[in-house]
Parts: sequence; structure tokens; C-alpha cells
Amino acid sequence: MCLAVPTQVVSLDGSMAEVDVGGVRRRISIGLTPQVRVGDYVLVHTGFAIEVLDEAEALETLRLFREMDEMTGLDNKFPEQVG
Amino acid sequence: MKYLDEFRDAVLANRLLASLERRVSRPLRLMEFCGGHTHAILRSGLRQLLPSSVRLSSGPGCPVCVTASSDVDRAIALASQPGVILATFGDMVRVPGGNASGQANSLQEAKSLGADVRMVYSTLDALGIARVNPGLQVVFLGVGFETTAPTVAAAVLQAAAEGLTNFTVFSVHKLTPPATRAILDAGEVRLSGIIGPGHVTSIIGANAWEFLPRDYRMPCAVSGFEPLDILLAITSLVDMVTSGVPAVRNTYARSVRPEGNLIAQQWMRQVFQVVDAEWRGLGLVPASGLAMRTEYEAFDAARRFPLDLPPGREPKGCRCGDVLRGVVEPTQCPLFGRTCTPDRPVGPCMVSGEGACAAFLQYGES
Ligand code: SF4
Repeated sequence: MCLAVPTQVVSLDGSMAEVDVGGVRRRISIGLTPQVRVGDYVLVHTGFAIEVLDEAEALETLRLFREMDEMTGLDNKFPEQVG
Repeated sequence: MKYLDEFRDAVLANRLLASLERRVSRPLRLMEFCGGHTHAILRSGLRQLLPSSVRLSSGPGCPVCVTASSDVDRAIALASQPGVILATFGDMVRVPGGNASGQANSLQEAKSLGADVRMVYSTLDALGIARVNPGLQVVFLGVGFETTAPTVAAAVLQAAAEGLTNFTVFSVHKLTPPATRAILDAGEVRLSGIIGPGHVTSIIGANAWEFLPRDYRMPCAVSGFEPLDILLAITSLVDMVTSGVPAVRNTYARSVRPEGNLIAQQWMRQVFQVVDAEWRGLGLVPASGLAMRTEYEAFDAARRFPLDLPPGREPKGCRCGDVLRGVVEPTQCPLFGRTCTPDRPVGPCMVSGEGACAAFLQYGES
């Protein structure tokens, strides 16, 4: 129920926005995220954008992964893409 | 897709797993609060791939599962009133109640007996149903944690602004920090760290978990839902255990800010007040639920339709309550996969998309 998916905002219309969910357009409320701009990614939960994704923070987390990965000799436990 | 694929990189995941293996110095048990994490951990195969010394227990983070059977009974009774349309999120309609009416024991059964039960994707859809049915009462069954409660508050504020007189909310919303406290206070499971619920924390903010290191010396890592996110959270918990310095680490900073979403918090405060609430598995937890404020009593289904029902009973033999406290694993329930399956769920943990029993069965754990 707390499922929330990153989706890109395509257009804004007052307190509503149109987002692209896997090629399908959907109208959502941006009442909780009035700062959102066209092109931003938002987390959508039950028809509301509950947060605007922070690109700089996402890049920082990815950098952290690489930093933790200070080792060699990996054994391939994961077949291909996971998730 | 952006913000998803980068966090599912299998090569990196393997390396992080290897790095994790080297960091673990002693056995430890972590609890993922959130049922979304339980599903993600099983779906990605992480559970089997983690170092054997790292054990994960699922927690109470499945809103549908923790809804008390007496509240399910109330919802069924509300739906069965003449002139009422009961709207709710999909997961809720199949959850078994405590069989108080002796007839329908889920909203789905009530529907097959003639009740008008509608599944909606958003609270805004429920408002739409109220607008086009002025002669009927639309009751929205508000289930969910802090992630969902603000969207229900939004619907109430909108209904008030429009002067809608046929829309009410039956709020069984629950708060996650008090439930976490209840589990730690009970001391039934020895935990070394907690994987904090990512989307709940988008709303309440990472700071809301500061009580864990402060009052319980318990490390907390707020996590996203992709495999790399979860690995990062587990790694930071392991590091905190090793260093002996518990803290709150926000490993989901692209979605979670220290202070959370202040508008969402404001809407919740405006519409709801914090009350003691009954949880399946945890019993009565102080200051852990959200009821409608008296200012919005016109939109409070509990006031508009007072019901007197006997206390709910748990489905016979179901250990969902123990599963929700992390005391047993779903596979330890004798009914798991035998009499209790997703098609014929005995308890709510087998129903929900976030229920631990459903996840274990779906991803072939035994
Ligand atoms: S397997 Fe079914 S009966 Fe057993 S605890 Fe889970 S939901 Fe309850």
C-alpha cells in the first residue's frame, strides 16, 4: 500500500499534473509537492505526488555504491538484472 | 527507467554483497519494518544471497494486515447499511474480518451479498463517486500509514471546501514509529537494527526515527525499495553495529528529507488527531492511530454511523499476529500454503500485496 513509483511530470495544470507512467498519461494531484516543475520525477502514491525526487541525492547515492565497492574478485550470484 | 534501473544493477549488487560479507563480524538480525521491503527482498532473491550471518525479519509494515479484525467487521457493517457506498483501496476488500455478522466476512463477500463496495485507486476517485451520487452516502475506508493518510486528509479538506455532505471517512490509519516502539518494548525479538520504511519516511522525515538510537541504542537505516537501496541500508546497519555507534542513516535521500514533507504533515495534523489504536498482532498501542478531529466530524463515518459490534476474533489457527511482530516466519504457520493460499487466504498476511505470508508463498520460500 505504501507503493510509490518514480514518474516524470509531463505538464502542470493548477494543483494537478500529468505524469507518464510507462507510456500511459495519468492525472495526479501535486497538492503535496507544489514546488514540482515539468520534467521533474515525482513519487506517485494513490494519485498524489508525495515527493519530488532529488537528482543530486540520487547521484550521491550511486557514488556511495561505487565507494563501497572497493573490492575485486566478485562471484556472480545475481543472474542478470535484479528486482 | 530513470531512478529505477540504476538501483538494480546486478554487477554492482554482487560487489556490494561481497563487500557486505567482509564487513559482517558477528551474526545479526535486522527487521524490515515495511512489507514493501519484504516483497522486494524476496522478489530480488536478496534473502538467499545475503551472508548467512545476516538474518532478516519482517515487521508490521502492512497496513491491511495490521487492521484489527474488529475494524474489518465495522467496515463490513458500514458497507452493508442501506444507501451506503463503501470505497476503499483494492487490498482491503479480501481481508477476512472476525466474523461478527455471521454472514459476510470480508468486503468482497459483503459485495456478493449486495453491498455496494467499490475499489478505488485514489481518494480523489472516492470524492468523484460522492459527487455523482448525491442521494447516497460514500464512506471511504481509510487504511494506511503516514504515506497514505495525507492523501485521505486531502480528500476531506477538498470535500469540506466543496461542501459535500455525502462523503465520510472511516479512519483506521496508523502510525509507524509507535508500532516500532511497541515491538522493541515487547522485547520478543532481539534486533540489531531496523530498516526504516522509505515512503513513510518521505512523509514523516528521517528525523522522526531519532528515538531509535536515542532511546533504544538501535541503528536505523531508512531504505528505498530497489535491491541496491536495500543492500546499502543493510551495509550501513552492519557498519553501525560494528562501530557500536547507533544512528539514523538516510540511505534513500533522493526521496527522503530529514524533515519530511511538511505540507503532508500539516494536512494530517489539520484533519486527524492521534489516538490509541488496536493493531492486529500488537494489540492496543498508545498514540498510534489517526481519528478524525472534531472540527471535521461531519466527515467522520465513525460519528455518522455509530456501530456497536462484538469484539473481533482472529481467524482460527492463523499466526499473522506473530508474523507481524517478527516472532515467527510465515512458513512456521501450519496453515501456510496448505489451507491458507492467496486464492483462499485464511489471514490478512496472505492477502495483501505487502503481506509477508503472500510474499513468502509467491517467491517460493519454504
Ligand atoms: S499463512 Fe495464512 S493462516 Fe498462516 S499466518 Fe499467514 S495468513 Fe495466517
